[in-house]
Amino acid sequence: MAKKTAHSTLQIRDLSAGYEQRKKTHVVVHDLNFECSTHELLAIVGANGIGKSTVLRTIAGMQPSLAGDISLMGAPMAQMNSLEIASNISVVLTEPPASKNLYVSELIALGRQPYTNWMGRLTEEDHHAVQHAMEQTETTQLAQRKCFELSDGQMQRVFLARALAQDTPVIILDEPTTHLDMYHQAYVFKLLKRLTSEIGKTILFATHDINLAIQLCDKMLVLTPDAYHFDTPCRLIEQRCFDTLFPKDTIHFDTKTGRFTMKN
Amino acid sequence: MTTASSFKKHFLLLGILTVAALFLNISLGSVGIPLDAIADVLLGGDSIKESWQFIITQYRLPKAITAMLCGSGLAVAGLLMQTLFRNPLAGPFVLGLSSGASLGVALLILGAGIAGGFLGTALVNPWSLVGASALGSFLVLLAVVVVTLRVKDTMAILIIGLMFGSVTSAVVAVLSYFSNAELLQKYIFWSFGSLGNVSWEGIGILAACCMTGMLWAIGKSKSLNALLLGENYAKSMGVHLKKNLLILVVITSLLAGSITAFAGPIAFVGLAVPHLTRQFFKTSNHLILLPAVMLFGSILMLLCDTVAQWPYSEWTLPINAITSLLGAPVVIWLLVRKKRLLF
Repeated sequence: MAKKTAHSTLQIRDLSAGYEQRKKTHVVVHDLNFECSTHELLAIVGANGIGKSTVLRTIAGMQPSLAGDISLMGAPMAQMNSLEIASNISVVLTEPPASKNLYVSELIALGRQPYTNWMGRLTEEDHHAVQHAMEQTETTQLAQRKCFELSDGQMQRVFLARALAQDTPVIILDEPTTHLDMYHQAYVFKLLKRLTSEIGKTILFATHDINLAIQLCDKMLVLTPDAYHFDTPCRLIEQRCFDTLFPKDTIHFDTKTGRFTMKN
Repeated sequence: MTTASSFKKHFLLLGILTVAALFLNISLGSVGIPLDAIADVLLGGDSIKESWQFIITQYRLPKAITAMLCGSGLAVAGLLMQTLFRNPLAGPFVLGLSSGASLGVALLILGAGIAGGFLGTALVNPWSLVGASALGSFLVLLAVVVVTLRVKDTMAILIIGLMFGSVTSAVVAVLSYFSNAELLQKYIFWSFGSLGNVSWEGIGILAACCMTGMLWAIGKSKSLNALLLGENYAKSMGVHLKKNLLILVVITSLLAGSITAFAGPIAFVGLAVPHLTRQFFKTSNHLILLPAVMLFGSILMLLCDTVAQWPYSEWTLPINAITSLLGAPVVIWLLVRKKRLLF
């Protein structure tokens, strides 16, 4: 694929992420270094509880980093105000909307908040962005439905549409394919792929679907208890980085097919 | 988000109903007053009977205005709390705000009696009542917010509300053991709730508090809409979470506190009105819902008060009892019919 000139969107330097609780610091991940550019689809994989969500939340500016720097579009994120971050990074989280009574059209339009006036009034441009986001995610026919009427797959598409309506160069998703059937998993992955390759978004997401991620992603961040690896899927396979991802008793990584398989 | 213009008809209808409820409320009472006489008095003309004019300007009109302020203010407080706590059961009464205000007033009225003498009587005036009640509800709401920040369980905040209710009744029990009958009666009557005891001066204070709270809430509707997605999403869309939560807490306690101070604890309006409004306004946009619950709250409160004053009789029933009798079945009916209570 002939890529247009890619430029760096996110730079992570010596990042430590974790929680501070009652003056005790729990470092979940430390000394992370990686860089994301436009047109790139990047996956973070690792076992449950390894800190994928913590890393994503830290990069998205939703929790403070413990150490290190994040720069966003070439500027240090620590010096940006929340509105500047909001117009550069949009998120899709694992949590359902707090209000299940929201109409789909209203939920997607909320993505325009960083750009609307104090009343949240939608301009012609905002309506256009919402329409466009709905077309890209095929959610137009859901517009008049309420959130509690949607299936998990539809809900995920709606949340993705909201992130697209926010119109940011970087989109961060936390386990976007959990609870989805195989068709919808592949659907979401292909959609993410299309958004990066065609529109030039930087998409960073955490996933448990390693087999699909290896097939589609440009780069992957592999978190293991001892170390982390960041590279293209092919090179990660060559370096046997997936071997140490899980305990070896039930599944193993087949280097030839690039998939995890059951042990006999 | 849907715009206000698509709900023009709804607002027009609600506006007409509010005026109708206002006239009904003023016309009915121990003495019936014909509607044209009311219009005469309200428009500044000479009434046919001087007694009617006195009843209307000195008693029924202030009472009706108090009813509208209380109804709209409590409904707004309820809507804010349901969004703030992500809980369809939230409301000033359920979460213990009214209990907190009651506790403040109980400490003031009964405590001043125990302190005794000149100091006691000097302490109990309309302004200190408002202060004690607003402070009481503010502290309870702050406690609830602190709990919600630590415990990510929406059930927990309802339990906190219940606990504050228990603490209030316990403290009131202890205080009443030591107070004299007169002060105790004063507190008991306050706790029944009454819309009729507010002077024009009091209405000025109440209106100032309610208007500030309601206009401020409308100004915050964009942040409120973002909160419908949850705190994390709101943050990701550029909402200053801590600042906005604090502002919403201040608005809610200003509304609930001032209303409880003047009219006593009034149950169910804050809980039921937002849910009723959502049945008619098919939107979650606070910019539309907030004015709608104000009108709905006014209508409901005017009707409750019309019932409470028991037309053509000498009786005036406690307003708190009427709103509970009406509100509780409404909430049950919504739950049973819709099989779910969403906010």
